[in-house]
Amino acid sequence: MTYLTVSDVTLTFGGLNALTDVNMDIEPGIITSIIGPNGAGKTSILNCISGFYHPSKGEIRYGRRSLTKASPHQVSNYGIARAFQNLELFSGLSVLDNLMLARHQNLNYSILHAVFYFGKAARLEAENRAYVEKVIDFMELEPYRKMMVGNLSYGVQKRVEVARALTLAPRLLLLDEPMAGMNIEEKEDIVRFILDLKKEWNITVVLVEHDLGVVMDISDQIYVLDFGMLIGKGTPDEVASNPKVIDAYIGEE
Amino acid sequence: MSYFFQLVISGVVVGSIYALSALGFVLIYKSSRVLNIAHGQIIAAGAFITYGLTVWANLPIYLSFVLSMILTFFLAMSVERIFLRRLIGEPIISVIMVTIGLMSILDGLIYLTPFGTENFSFPPFLPVTPIAFFGVSISWTQLVGVIVTFTLIAGFSWFFKKSTVGISMRAVSDDQLASMSIGISVPRVFGLAWAMAGLSAAAAGGIIGNITGLNFDTLHAFGIVVFPVVILGGLDSILGAVVAGIIMGLIQQFASGYLDGNWGLNGTGEVLPYIILLIILLFKPHGLFGIHEIERV
Repeated sequence: MTYLTVSDVTLTFGGLNALTDVNMDIEPGIITSIIGPNGAGKTSILNCISGFYHPSKGEIRYGRRSLTKASPHQVSNYGIARAFQNLELFSGLSVLDNLMLARHQNLNYSILHAVFYFGKAARLEAENRAYVEKVIDFMELEPYRKMMVGNLSYGVQKRVEVARALTLAPRLLLLDEPMAGMNIEEKEDIVRFILDLKKEWNITVVLVEHDLGVVMDISDQIYVLDFGMLIGKGTPDEVASNPKVIDAYIGEE
Repeated sequence: MSYFFQLVISGVVVGSIYALSALGFVLIYKSSRVLNIAHGQIIAAGAFITYGLTVWANLPIYLSFVLSMILTFFLAMSVERIFLRRLIGEPIISVIMVTIGLMSILDGLIYLTPFGTENFSFPPFLPVTPIAFFGVSISWTQLVGVIVTFTLIAGFSWFFKKSTVGISMRAVSDDQLASMSIGISVPRVFGLAWAMAGLSAAAAGGIIGNITGLNFDTLHAFGIVVFPVVILGGLDSILGAVVAGIIMGLIQQFASGYLDGNWGLNGTGEVLPYIILLIILLFKPHGLFGIHEIERV
């Protein structure tokens, strides 16, 4: 099983430290949440893990692989998928095509097979389609399968975003505020999906989320960031009773 | 009436070459939002390489045509790797300045060779008597040129629609972040876009060279007419480049065929594309097939 370890990661923009000596240790098969006030560096740490930013100092390892200098497409090939905070979907394509596109890495048949569409090409295409259908089923996207993504409601688009990440068959899933801007019902759906991902798909989940109620309910461990520094970690109960965390959220008296 | 059809034929011939030239330009813009001002120079380089391989290295013309496409493929790819790669994320104006610089450098390099100032023409390898039917005639070089052009355009379209690489190129042009997150290497796609643009430019250059002879100014001019063509077709549409290329070829031929010499007009074919450019920019800035960016708030 693969661990994700973030050791002493510092990320600097100009003279500004977005992250300072952050350490994280994420065991496989659990749900880890990263919380903190706005601008605390939550998305920055996800960006470092998924290769969009490279830490100025420190190291990120996933199992035996180093992610410190890896580029985004390499990270995604290592089995780490990500859903973005702001929608990043191919809005002119149908839900199905968005997901099929994420399987393109598995299309390694030759051009001859592709032209005549026999043997390996047909088989792989069918396998990929079956996998995509499994994801659509799981994320309850059946009614939207053929619809253009750009025309769907925000809540459904967020679900497509998570579905596309799942289509890559990841071992580790990074979710950046998957519930932002959703109503209670939609939030409950996403919570159910995340819990099932852990139980049925055995996927490690790293979640950045503002809804503390949800975070406290579903997380196995929580990291709290403030101004780019780690100010607390542990189980939901430990974090909730950590005076530094309470300070950061409520402010000093 | 046969004069009309004669103009249609030469319009389609010139237009299809415009289409092929514009294709490369659109390809680079579509994937990386870079306006490649030096496209005409790459077309010229492709033509000169074809000539050099045919005449100086004594290779069969079809072979040197393909070889020159391959060489330009790698030439354009290295241009991207050396100059453009480090400009990813920089303001668009810096990128345009770099391609202008690139244009000057390539100009300078071409003027160092005999091609810069002298005229050359390919040794004839096709029958010289034109094919005539119903009072209309088309030369063999034009015919073969059009066939090769349309085959290449069809090949490119198939490549973008169906091949995995083509699909990842379209994905990158739609949403870079999303493409990276599903495992597409965006720098590699940029490099490939330049390489494909180089390849199509060399093909266009080789065909122009065979039809009109090798003259740096003529070849260079094709790189400039590309601008009105892509503006008419829509900067990011491959279909638009093809359709607008042919429209522009027809307009030019009709203009010089019917307007020149009457009412004291001359050289209308050279001016009209730019008048169209201005009109399109005023009334339909996205062109015929370009994407309207609609932002929902």
